[in-house]
Amino acid sequence: MMAEESAVKRILIILMAFCAAVALASLARAQDETEKAIEKYRQMLKEDPWSNPGLLDADRGEGLWKTPAGLTKVSLEKCDLGKGAGVVDGAFAELPRYFADADKVMDLETRLMWCMEKLQGLKRDDLVKRPYPAGGQPVKDLGAIATYVANKSSGMKYAAKLDKPREKAVADEGQAIFFRRQGPHDFSCATCHNDSGKRIRLQGLPYLADPKEAKQVVGQWPAYRVSTTQVMTMQHRLYDCYWQMRMPELEMGSDVSVALIAYLTRSAEGGEIAAPGLKR
Amino acid sequence: MRNIILVAAAILIAGVTGSSAQQKPVVDAAKVDADIAKAFSAAPAEWKPRLEQDESMKECSIHENSPPKAVAEGIQKREKAKIEYPADGKLMGDWQSGEKLAQSGYGLRFTDYPARNPNGGNCYACHQLTKSEVSYGTIGPSLINYGKIRNFSEADTKAAYEKVYNAQAAYPCSNMPRFGTNKVLTIEQIKDLVALVMGPDSPVNK
Repeated sequence: MMAEESAVKRILIILMAFCAAVALASLARAQDETEKAIEKYRQMLKEDPWSNPGLLDADRGEGLWKTPAGLTKVSLEKCDLGKGAGVVDGAFAELPRYFADADKVMDLETRLMWCMEKLQGLKRDDLVKRPYPAGGQPVKDLGAIATYVANKSSGMKYAAKLDKPREKAVADEGQAIFFRRQGPHDFSCATCHNDSGKRIRLQGLPYLADPKEAKQVVGQWPAYRVSTTQVMTMQHRLYDCYWQMRMPELEMGSDVSVALIAYLTRSAEGGEIAAPGLKR
Repeated sequence: MRNIILVAAAILIAGVTGSSAQQKPVVDAAKVDADIAKAFSAAPAEWKPRLEQDESMKECSIHENSPPKAVAEGIQKREKAKIEYPADGKLMGDWQSGEKLAQSGYGLRFTDYPARNPNGGNCYACHQLTKSEVSYGTIGPSLINYGKIRNFSEADTKAAYEKVYNAQAAYPCSNMPRFGTNKVLTIEQIKDLVALVMGPDSPVNK
């Protein structure tokens, strides 16, 4: 673990040096260079998978998964993520899915929340209160566990079938929500993510309705974000998008976020999971 | 016999359009609205109107921003009627204030309360405007020399005012916010933005 942490530090220093150097160049050039630096960083991650700081949170998540907690003082090892109680390997690759015990389609984070309620006696109202960290703070416990579980499907292909009627209905609803315009700016997800090669300022925007582009990016969440030095989960990503859309705070595990994640996952089906990914 | 042919033709057409429309699933709009209301149920009362859609939002959403001609014309007519003009008839303000508005993305996010600044237009998020600002987005077209290539004409100045006030009066289901109609920007602020794109002195036209 020590060697891994020093590798992380070494690479972070390289990355910071890169960022400092490019800050002197013009903005457009800087952005281009930063993108290149991050691409180089991603390459290094492939060569040395232990250099992603997000893996420290995955490690933390593994510890939390196995540690007795909550009112009942039991661990989450009896949690059924869809492949049987306690099966973590490959579970994320098949989510979201319909769970008969909850009679609901759930994504990873929603399922973890459900397990915390049912196994550990925690209250949903408490779990959805301030579920995401402030900038610079590490991902919260549920997010760390999600990072651990997602990482255990890294290298696999998205295989969520979403073919049961209930699953299909949720993914279809996700598509309708993706295009739903609302708020004072008339924004929907599609405002920014329904075309190829577009940018906001200098930030490139993935065309998420297009399977080709969705495959490349959806499987990278949860992701370590260099700009906020923390892991951001998919539920957090959506919450932040709605903030930008001038909407109120999106509730973690809501039917809207599950539907959007189901839609994005269907769009990305067959794409490789590389979680935690690395983002600007 | 004629009826049978008609029915057969109808089935055929339905089959063809049905398969080409597979991409767009039929979803119960009332269920979506109910789920939206639940997903944002913690929102304060004054935020609730943001969850609702007006007619044009509904039509653009259902048609994934590509409305059929008749719907598009309806939107255009409806939105045109919502445009309010400055009382003094002057459509251009100060381009320098416009440039500041074009740079600012501040306002109306849940972290923007209590308001510390006026709302911005955030034009650079989607448009190129001046040559000196290289950090611009590409969701909208470049507006470099916008006024110059239109010979700074009065008609185009009015059209620019209308586009900023309510983009959908010009382009139904445009990605651009209806800044005036939705009270994101004031009439005075919109005049400043018109000066930025249409003013002969503005760096947009230099």
